[in-house]
Amino acid sequence: MKILVPVKRVIDYNVKPRVKADGTGVDLANVKMSMNPFDEIAVEEAIRLKEKGAASEVVVVSIGVAKAQETLRTALAMGADRAILIQTDDEVEPLGVAKLLAKVQEEEGAGLIILGKQAIDDDSNQTGQMLAALLGRPQGTFASKVEMEGDAVSVTREVDGGLETVKLTTPAIITTDLRLNEPRYASLPNIMKAKSKPLANKMPADYGVDISPRLETVSVAEPAKRSAGVKVADVDELVAKLKSMGVAA
Amino acid sequence: MKTLVWVEHEGGAVKDATLSAVTAAAKLGEVHLLVAGESVAGVAEAAAKIAGVGKVHVADDAALGHALAENVAPLVVQLMADHDAFVVPATSNGKNIAPRVAALLDVMQISDILSVEGEDMFTRPIYAGNAIATVKSKDAKKVITVRGTAFEKAASEGGSGTVESVTSTGDAGLSSFVGAEIAKLERPELTSAKVIVSGGRALKDGETFEQLIFPLADKLGAAVGASRAAVDAGYVPNDYQVGQTGKIVAPEVYIAVGISGAIQHLAGMKDSKTIIAINKDEDAPIFQVADIGLVGDLFKVVPELTEKL
Repeated sequence: MKILVPVKRVIDYNVKPRVKADGTGVDLANVKMSMNPFDEIAVEEAIRLKEKGAASEVVVVSIGVAKAQETLRTALAMGADRAILIQTDDEVEPLGVAKLLAKVQEEEGAGLIILGKQAIDDDSNQTGQMLAALLGRPQGTFASKVEMEGDAVSVTREVDGGLETVKLTTPAIITTDLRLNEPRYASLPNIMKAKSKPLANKMPADYGVDISPRLETVSVAEPAKRSAGVKVADVDELVAKLKSMGVAA
Repeated sequence: MKTLVWVEHEGGAVKDATLSAVTAAAKLGEVHLLVAGESVAGVAEAAAKIAGVGKVHVADDAALGHALAENVAPLVVQLMADHDAFVVPATSNGKNIAPRVAALLDVMQISDILSVEGEDMFTRPIYAGNAIATVKSKDAKKVITVRGTAFEKAASEGGSGTVESVTSTGDAGLSSFVGAEIAKLERPELTSAKVIVSGGRALKDGETFEQLIFPLADKLGAAVGASRAAVDAGYVPNDYQVGQTGKIVAPEVYIAVGISGAIQHLAGMKDSKTIIAINKDEDAPIFQVADIGLVGDLFKVVPELTEKL
């Protein structure tokens, strides 16, 4: 069984984003970029399934600027077998990404597609579900445990009240939650080896789907600032504050 | 504009998140509801009483019992022939179902909206809440998930909706529900609590977390939350997690104990009305958002605070 893992190049999660003064977006010039943390977990899970003998090949795919190659090389260094870059300078929305990925899946015929549950830049949490819909396949979102059971996959999901387990027929789409696994670091020899692994360059036009944006970003603003707080000297003062707010009797 | 709101329910009762979604939907136009599930006549009756609600569509079918997206989405798509917007609370069920519906309708979803600025304009947080985007949808039909804490709850009484049953589209045969492990909560639910006491990694272990945080929460009638560090370290189960990847909360009072205030955590709580931080590191980022800060050792401060309340 082949596993397909879409990955996204995003602002590093440790960086505090700055809104551009003209309100057109977030300033990404000279900002450290990395693989979306949920996607690292997806790559790790795919590699673990391969190590267990449940998968034969792990293919990673990214849609974005030429530099997204670096993100794909990182995934190859972690252990993925080959990569596909669908290169575009335009911003592609989750619906467009899902349409492109559906075409990639038509070519690849993977048994599982594992994605991160959301990207930490647009915070949409849509692509996996949309891809499942377009392919007419089942979805196991917010996964904290994945187990192959013959032709099916059992997925434990993180839901509001706790955990829930569903069984999906394959091919299936899985989106990862944080607790699914701890992604490995790529070793230096593996980083070197990754440079010679195959990376196919494609364009959105190769897939013949309409990815023109449906949402127009009118403006991007800083969130309202909180007014400066006060420090209290001791517990008595804090208790008095809580009482004055009516929180404590 | 005719909106269809997906009713989130549990144990035969409508969940509060639905009421916030109804408020958002009412800003767009006429509000219809969809109650889907197994043996949901009671839920439909309760839903019809929500203020401002018109038609309540009820689909009662075992295949809809566990809100599996594969079975719910086709039903919604069928109903969307007669509606202009599908509005869903941004709960784990809502986030699971709505994008599947959006793709089947070939529209882009607008996730986690904070406000309705017009019938096709909305604001939503991006970059873990560090920026607020105003977006305009060009799609004919809208699929929207609603951040519950950003909208007042519609009154759960006073409405007079008409209940109408719809035929389920049945079981898609792609997925099945195996089981659930629902964490038992003796305290208020995080997302609807007025007061939240949250603990971080500084609590050392699960036992200490329980000994210090739970009694304080109980004194205040508060829900208990946690930072991702505390959850990852295994002090409490993951459904306690507040943050970009956990629950988004906005209580009257949020008390952060031993939490440094990483952007991931702030994304989940910085809309709280009053934030109180207790931390021994006076340079901790949490103090930049806290209205009231107490610099001190939580192992001394928290028991003293619990005692004096």
